[in-house]
Amino acid sequence: MRIVCPFCGERELGEFTYLGDAKPQRPAADAGEDAIYDYVYLRDNIAGPMSEHWYHGGGCRAWLKVTRNTLTHEISSVEPAAGAGAAKVGA
Amino acid sequence: MAGDQANRLNNGGLIDRSAALNFRFDGKTFSGFKGDTLASALVANGVKLVGRSFKYHRPRGILTAGSEEPNALVELRSGARREANTKATTAELYEGLEAASQNRWPSLNFDVMSVNQLLAPIFVAGFYYKTFMWPAKFWEAIYEPAIRRAAGLGRAAQVSDPDHYDKAWAHCDVVIAGSGPAGLAAALAAARCGARVILCEEDFVLGGRLLADAGTIDGLHAAEWVARAVAELEAMPDVRIMTRTTLFGVYDGGTYGAIERVNDHLPVPPEHQVRQRLWRIVAKRCVVAAGAIERPIVFAGNDTPGVMMASAMRSYISRYAATPSRRIALFTNNEDGWRTAETAIAAGLQVAAVIDARPDVSPAHRSLASKGGFPVLHGSVSGVDGGKVGVRKISVLLTGGARAEVEADGLAVSGGWNPAVGLTSYHRGRPKWRDDIAAFVPDGAPPGIVAAGAANGAFSLGACLREGFEAGAAAARDAGRSGNTGSTPLANDEAFSLTPLWHVKGKGKAFVDQQHDVTASDIELAQREGFESVEHLKRYTTLGMATDQGKTSNVAGLAIMAAVTGKSIPETGTTIYRPPYVPVAIGAFAGHHRDENFHATRLTPSHHWAAEQGAVFVDTGLWKRAQWYPRAGEKDWLESVTREVKAVRSGVGFCDVSTLGKIDVHGPDAGAFLDRVYINTFSNLAVGKARYGLMLREDGIVYDDGTTSRLAEDHYFLTTTTAKAGLVMQHLEFCRQVLFPELDVQLTSVSDQWAQFSIAGPKTRDLLKEIVDPAEDLSNEGFPFMGAREVNLRGGLTARLFRISFSGEMAFEISVPARYGEATARNLMIAGKAFGVTPYGTEALGVMRIEKGHVAGPELSGTTTAADLGLGKMMSTKKDFIGRVMAGREALVAPNRQVVVGIKPVDKTRRLRSGAHIIPKGETPGPDNDQGYVTSVCFSPVLDQWIGLGLVERGRERIGEIVRAHDPLRGEDYDVELCNSVFYDPDGGRQRG
Repeated sequence: MRIVCPFCGERELGEFTYLGDAKPQRPAADAGEDAIYDYVYLRDNIAGPMSEHWYHGGGCRAWLKVTRNTLTHEISSVEPAAGAGAAKVGA
Repeated sequence: MAGDQANRLNNGGLIDRSAALNFRFDGKTFSGFKGDTLASALVANGVKLVGRSFKYHRPRGILTAGSEEPNALVELRSGARREANTKATTAELYEGLEAASQNRWPSLNFDVMSVNQLLAPIFVAGFYYKTFMWPAKFWEAIYEPAIRRAAGLGRAAQVSDPDHYDKAWAHCDVVIAGSGPAGLAAALAAARCGARVILCEEDFVLGGRLLADAGTIDGLHAAEWVARAVAELEAMPDVRIMTRTTLFGVYDGGTYGAIERVNDHLPVPPEHQVRQRLWRIVAKRCVVAAGAIERPIVFAGNDTPGVMMASAMRSYISRYAATPSRRIALFTNNEDGWRTAETAIAAGLQVAAVIDARPDVSPAHRSLASKGGFPVLHGSVSGVDGGKVGVRKISVLLTGGARAEVEADGLAVSGGWNPAVGLTSYHRGRPKWRDDIAAFVPDGAPPGIVAAGAANGAFSLGACLREGFEAGAAAARDAGRSGNTGSTPLANDEAFSLTPLWHVKGKGKAFVDQQHDVTASDIELAQREGFESVEHLKRYTTLGMATDQGKTSNVAGLAIMAAVTGKSIPETGTTIYRPPYVPVAIGAFAGHHRDENFHATRLTPSHHWAAEQGAVFVDTGLWKRAQWYPRAGEKDWLESVTREVKAVRSGVGFCDVSTLGKIDVHGPDAGAFLDRVYINTFSNLAVGKARYGLMLREDGIVYDDGTTSRLAEDHYFLTTTTAKAGLVMQHLEFCRQVLFPELDVQLTSVSDQWAQFSIAGPKTRDLLKEIVDPAEDLSNEGFPFMGAREVNLRGGLTARLFRISFSGEMAFEISVPARYGEATARNLMIAGKAFGVTPYGTEALGVMRIEKGHVAGPELSGTTTAADLGLGKMMSTKKDFIGRVMAGREALVAPNRQVVVGIKPVDKTRRLRSGAHIIPKGETPGPDNDQGYVTSVCFSPVLDQWIGLGLVERGRERIGEIVRAHDPLRGEDYDVELCNSVFYDPDGGRQRG
């Protein structure tokens, strides 16, 4: 499998580390235990396109949002995480 | 020596008669020529019997002339280079080649285990499962070893492979599998467009079937056309032709696996060269021109030596000028098979008869028969007589029911052709059935791949060239190349006519899968017993599960299953295709990553100095760390370690701690960022101070710990444990980029940039004064406990100094740029000589941390909370941080959790062992009253006894209680006392002094 890193270009799978579903958002500090529990543990087992977090540890160390079809491994989009690179969100 | 080669033709063939090569097979010396395979050289020498079969030990000969060979498997080479199950049909001949037949004892001609043939009626499909059911414990002890001795193939070398294997990457526009007419045409078209082309050919000569089945292309003899095409390709700068290279797998994203047999054609690879190279080829497009495999017809005795695929017989005669037989019979159900009769006659061999299963034979072939003086029999072969000496007599069942016999010493068989659909099916693709050629062809292909020529079911030479050329041009276009392709190579389209025939009923064993000894009746039995699905059929009978992956047997097997179930072949379906297409040595996948190079080795900055000191090293992840520094006269590690600890506690010592992960945290929001990832607060840490920090996972369990120092308002320096260095960096980057992108902060891994030494002991300041600029104030007031700042060293180097202590002694850690690490170690030795400075290793480091009750890896086990470690009070209640909410879950704050506590044996002479379970006094050991276990132990020189830390239920409330340390693994059971985990200097006066 190959992933096109927005910073480095097309790179081989071995440079990346998989984390998992990129959908869950970390709840606010006061969201309560149930919300955090869902965030930590609840995951959909998606057959088809799935938004995932990948880490380019063998390259630029950017966290990426990769949309990958879990049935075919086809990658339809790769975006940097909001805080990837030198830019600060909102700056 | 050529005189030995009785079955060699005097003329023709792609062999070099001026280069004779001697080789040995089963201890006998033979000769062949350069250009031979082991199989063709054996054919030239009249060797028909080359092996014994897997299960029944039946005599077997050579069936094919390619990588689909099921029978002619040998042990190639000897000693450490012995390679089992090597196909004689693809092994290139070299001077001095040694090969031995397999699965026979004591010899190939007289094989004791061939009595298995007499037991054949009971060795049916599923025999082992049915027979050796019970008693269960007999399976491993008795049945399996006995079966494995009797059944099987070659023997592994049993010693380490002395050769090297390499791994390499290649990138191109178009990769082409196969260099037959379709592959060469594809390469020409793509390369003329300007595409970067890699052409992979498994053989050592380019041309594919053109090497044996000549023809006319663009008015040239096929061999001339091949030479011209190859010359054109070789002249182009962006074409790479790789012979001896099999494209074996298709992976995601246009990545292809290929194995290059760089030096398998030599006895020993030349110095500094590899035996094989594993390629990962990244290509925008792939043309599969892998050709087709001729398929057998299943009949009784079809495994007799001398029965050979018709196309293979042509290959031996035309390409190798070696004649498998003198008097040949041909059994075909299609037009193509007749070519073997033509080739045989042209070579001056006798054709005994052609048995054609089709109702009609073309007038051209009728006149060939009358010219050659042989009969054409309409019907099928129903049996073969011959045994281990090879084919003698062939029984024919004529259309209409009459019987005939043909005397011949060889039988060529053609049941039609199966396109090689492996590469196009590796992404779970299922090929589709084509009635007109009675074969499976690719039904589409993975993205970027297209099949062309025979691999796509186009069997005529003209069609192969056209399809290949079109596919090559299209592939180049899709890859963004748009040059002029020139004109398509032209050749005639031979007539195609085939009447499907899979199995001829007859008396005797009729083999479908010759490598695994699966017969037609095994398939019928599997159906009777309910294993009808092809996936069940495969596993129940082991059809197609041998090293040839059923290249000559799968389709016949499922055709027979289709016949007995009354279904059509496409309804019956195929099993799933999986790479690799040919067996690939594990050594090639490993490449250079073996033995000491299995993984990278990281050396600490002071490694070479430590080695000079005679340090014993221990592997810690990728690192080699000095474990202790033995001195002359010390009888064991314990004596060395005890000496090192005492020297530190009474004087001064130092230890390389550079393996800790080190991260620079920069930016105006650095403090706020650390507040969110640590349970305690860092934004209020004063510049010039260090603080111990603990981080949790989001589920509330402790993740890592370390000290973090504030070097400037917007600059923190963070350390991690050695084991988690990379993971913490990844975690922190996740927090920064994904969770908290609004914070203005940047992280830089500086683990490799700094050499760091811990200098500990009451004389630490005396030693430091020798290397630090005298202007620096190291007094307790000028550099208090937990101070951290840059200092100048004597000689001008700037270092970072941290007054932190892991040992419990007055201590500093000093950081210098990594390239000064070794010099710093040497300087500390020189400067510390007057104070008796002692280098200490990780063992002494561990002893002192246990004496001080500090937690480390064994306690940060991925199951413990901050409170379990006695660090619960560090959890800030004034802010949010990773893991805060989940750490508050009921079970994680339960009062009966196992928490860190000190442990010491009641008998002070007793050795404490980690892993021992803690059981209350008077209870029977068992899971119900297991209250925890010993996590870390050491011999404490201070207390003069073994001590340890453990995780024990309510441990801190039970100080002073005597419990049992129960250690069934070592057969030990003894009383221990639960105690304060800080064994040494509990009020911490020494480290603050």
